[in-house]
Amino acid sequence: MVEYKPIRKVVSGNYAAAYAVKHARVQVVAAYPITPQTSIIEKIAEFIANGETDIQYVPVESEHSAMAATIGASATGARAFTATAAQGLALMHEMLHWASGARLPIVMVDVNRAMAPPWSVWDDQTDSLAQRDTGWMQFYAENNQEVYDGVLMAFKVAETVNVPVMVVESAFILSHTYDVVEMIPQELVDEFLPPRKPLYTLTDFDNPISVGALATPADYYEFRYKLAKAHEDAKKVIKEVGKEFGERFGRDYSDMIEKGHVDDADFVFMGLGSLMGTVKEAVDLLRSEGYKVGYAKVRWFRPFPREELLEIAEKVKGIAVLDRNFSFGQEGILFNEAKGALYGTGARPIMKNYIVGLGGRDFTVRDVRAIAENMKEIIESGKLDREVEWFHLKR
Amino acid sequence: MAESPFKADIERVEREYSEKMTPGAIARIPGSSVINKTGSWRVFMPEFNRDKCVRCYLCYIYCPEPAIYLDEENYPVFDYNYCKGCGICANECPTNAIVMVREAK
Amino acid sequence: MEIPESVKKRLTLPAEEHFYAGHTACQGCGASLGLRYVLKAYGRKTIVVIPACCSTIIAGAWPYNTLDANLFHTAFETTGAVMSGIEAALKAMGYKVKGEDGVMVVGWAGDGGTADIGLQALSGFLERGHDAVYIMYDNEAYMNTGIQRSGSTPYGAWTTNTPGGKRHFLEKRHKKKVIDIVIAHEVPYAATASVAYPEDFIRKLRKAKEIPGPSFIQLFSPCPTGWRSPTDKSIEIARLAVQTAYFPLFEYENGKYRINMPSTRKEPKPIEEFLKLQGRFKYMTKEDVEILQRWVNHEWEKLKKLAGVFG
Repeated sequence: MVEYKPIRKVVSGNYAAAYAVKHARVQVVAAYPITPQTSIIEKIAEFIANGETDIQYVPVESEHSAMAATIGASATGARAFTATAAQGLALMHEMLHWASGARLPIVMVDVNRAMAPPWSVWDDQTDSLAQRDTGWMQFYAENNQEVYDGVLMAFKVAETVNVPVMVVESAFILSHTYDVVEMIPQELVDEFLPPRKPLYTLTDFDNPISVGALATPADYYEFRYKLAKAHEDAKKVIKEVGKEFGERFGRDYSDMIEKGHVDDADFVFMGLGSLMGTVKEAVDLLRSEGYKVGYAKVRWFRPFPREELLEIAEKVKGIAVLDRNFSFGQEGILFNEAKGALYGTGARPIMKNYIVGLGGRDFTVRDVRAIAENMKEIIESGKLDREVEWFHLKR
Repeated sequence: MAESPFKADIERVEREYSEKMTPGAIARIPGSSVINKTGSWRVFMPEFNRDKCVRCYLCYIYCPEPAIYLDEENYPVFDYNYCKGCGICANECPTNAIVMVREAK
Repeated sequence: MEIPESVKKRLTLPAEEHFYAGHTACQGCGASLGLRYVLKAYGRKTIVVIPACCSTIIAGAWPYNTLDANLFHTAFETTGAVMSGIEAALKAMGYKVKGEDGVMVVGWAGDGGTADIGLQALSGFLERGHDAVYIMYDNEAYMNTGIQRSGSTPYGAWTTNTPGGKRHFLEKRHKKKVIDIVIAHEVPYAATASVAYPEDFIRKLRKAKEIPGPSFIQLFSPCPTGWRSPTDKSIEIARLAVQTAYFPLFEYENGKYRINMPSTRKEPKPIEEFLKLQGRFKYMTKEDVEILQRWVNHEWEKLKKLAGVFG
């Protein structure tokens, strides 16, 4: 680790994202307001107004256009960023496919917010997880520090493999909650994240190109394979970039799944994002009371870290998968993914899915304790009471 | 039949075109459509009478392909490799120097 | 390609071709001709944005490119937005945009992608004042999907979803005046143009490049396939559209309207002259023709008043 004096600021998750955008020397931001994302783009506008950055800011007329303009900017050769949430992300859906298909290393912050109706502006992961198959990588931040670090790493990973990255944070729990964030001096960020070297640009006027033309059945298949392969290759890049980030700045992200007490745990809690902060605190408490529990915080949902998951699954008797999301007609999305990844591997932990905190309902240490008691019973009896439990359901 | 003014372009495309697939479906050779000889679509073919031509260029200007070029004397040259036989040139020709005839194939 | 010097000397249009043969447009396609003119006017220092439309196909399937200019293919409704992003990026990267020697960002979208699904992105592009030109090539229906009516389809036209039949189910709404919507944004420059008048079109393209801010050109672009017209009549039909005042040529610059030469020459011809060459109008009754003629007259008088010409 290089010696440096971090800049400590008390900021919201959204402001952490905005600072990271400034420090990443983003060139174009095209965005549209939506609660609870808006304060990201407000803060960026403030930086521009104060002369702290030269970002070209395009105040578009919809999220669909936000993604389209970001795509145009990125294709031209600029480092481009946008941010959104819920309905806005859903509106972007078509263009998310476009960004990944055109292999543009765009970084976007999605503030997890529940989909309507009924209207809700609060935390829920279904918006981002519903974009699972768009070809974007997804990084889930547990706290404001990870929002800041995540945006910086996302640009480096994205620009290495030419695949866009969604950095996901929780509505209000992170987006509007103030916490200390250690920021990195600009010159050190510049060393970590040099100017973008694009795969192609639209500005070589002596050697013009066309991007995204029709591909017949003879060729389309191979372009899809290339994107699939880029996701596989990204796993190595993610680990390397996470390791480098740790070596430079002291916070290591070389694991795609952050693990706690896995080696001597009977069962672990698995989940995404801010709710894992609550879990970590509960795990400390539970262990002090003699529970043999651990946690597995999935940082990167795409590409899915199946290898790291298998390592965990081979060590524990049970996995309690906490999903602040739901795939209707099936089960929690992370649960579904994790089970699928383990099929045929030989690892056979008991797995139970707890649907928690949808639409921003509080998820507390007390809830984790209740889940721990239930899991303990299941493991001791060897009997799974039910596979999916709507944990907070009012009777 | 005159030699296509695109001859050099066709050679360039054939030289530079490679099967290597670029991520993002990038087409790196500008003007590479010249490799497609769309003249095979033609049913009627423009027949040109140089004696009637007043070199107004309308046929050249209005050719959507473009498959009509102008030679050093400013007369039109019809590139039958690409001419689809739409007949705009004949319709617009003010002196009937171009007539459309069914092509014997 | 090689162009003899003698030709360059005598031509009143730019001699250079940056639109190549071998493309897959239908015979007599107005859109391909229009795109050829655009690239003649702007040359290589151009970034073209093409949404889903006939030109997606005309511009070539991978790995071929009909254009000799940078081209970004995008989704149907996003032309205005992608152009905005490109323009912003060019400025961020230090390029001169528009004006002499500047990079020209060109949106090239059909009438469906402009009048209908792309209208919101177009409005945003115009309102924010980006330095670029948006060209709507108007063939008056969704042609690439197989001739369905668009907001720009005229009264009385047959399309595959206004097919006539026993119940006379034809297009019964007048053509959406996209250029009026554009002008309502108080853009610095907007114009109509026609593939039948290439010198006028190229002059307008050059003006669209010189004048800072967003420019818009609505280009009348015949489609023999969709209009059920003979392929050799494309230019003749486009000319008649102007001569009947169905599609008058005019400019809007600095808040002022000006009707252009081809439209000011004579009193308009009757609309039948324009209709009779096209199979798409063959189901129109005498009454339908009168309704369309009244609309043409009304719009033409309105335009003349706006331009302050002919008293």
